[in-house]
Amino acid sequence: MIDPSETDTRQQRFIQRFMNGVPHLAALGIAYQAHGADWAELAMPFAEQQLADPDYGIIASGAIFTLMDSAAGFSVFVRRNTLEPHATLDLRLDYLRAPKPRATIIGRGECYRLTRQIAFVRGLAHDGDPADPIANMAGTFMFSAKPAEGMSSAKPAEGMLAGPK
Amino acid sequence: MTSAGLAALLRTQPHGRLDALPYGKLLDLAFERVADEFHLTMPFAIGLVGAPGRLHGGAIAGLLEIAALARVITALPDADAAPRIRPVTITVDFMREGAPQLTTATAEITRLGRRIVNVSARAWQADRAKPIAAANVNFLVDYPRTGSGAGPAR
Repeated sequence: MIDPSETDTRQQRFIQRFMNGVPHLAALGIAYQAHGADWAELAMPFAEQQLADPDYGIIASGAIFTLMDSAAGFSVFVRRNTLEPHATLDLRLDYLRAPKPRATIIGRGECYRLTRQIAFVRGLAHDGDPADPIANMAGTFMFSAKPAEGMSSAKPAEGMLAGPK
Repeated sequence: MTSAGLAALLRTQPHGRLDALPYGKLLDLAFERVADEFHLTMPFAIGLVGAPGRLHGGAIAGLLEIAALARVITALPDADAAPRIRPVTITVDFMREGAPQLTTATAEITRLGRRIVNVSARAWQADRAKPIAAANVNFLVDYPRTGSGAGPAR
């Protein structure tokens, strides 16, 4: 596991540039938080456009789904140590409780099993205390048979997701 | 717009936009009654992209969730009472990648209970016979107590 204090700035810059380049994450304000050898954390500060019900202050499931799908996908990238494309096969979220109003939501994904074609992920979303999560996540990703158009440009960056030597 | 206002919109109009929901506005969602179905559309926009040239799975999941939610709002006998409708579990299966084009979703209620509503939704692009994703959503429905108002307390 990578000690965050040792994460070098070159790697940080690369990850932030990669994240900023995903338009739908930018639209929801989702940003990189931390990662280790097989896990990744993203943060979603509260924003009005995440609300499905403004009267009750209910955040759209889709916004949290995007956060968790991306955290899970990112954990697959770091576990495989490559940006080779993959696709979500399925993802399930259980909403355990409502988040605190206007809280920043942290999404954590962990790739706990990797096979030749499938990555298995699990994780949770919380609003400050990982021991008191707001949602639980389980999902699978499949690896693409051929690189998706555009993703091949990420190839020279292989290894960038690994920790410092 | 209030939830009751949204319920009225969905129940009385043959088509319209879901700008009343901030998240619906983000996804640029519109609704339309098609025979006895209720369709939601999400036009392509750069802001929906995940991997290059593909819709983000989260945006597709968001469309499915709102399609399911809209279906519940139109089906509840007393939706005008502005019930709080929250998803408890959502499971999304992705069948095909989301191309950069219009996506349509519809949902049907598997069981309309008093507190729990089970809904299945599916999304497609050019060809309805080739769904790109499907979702099962279980909603918890509760009504504000009379007199206490529909406050945002959760």
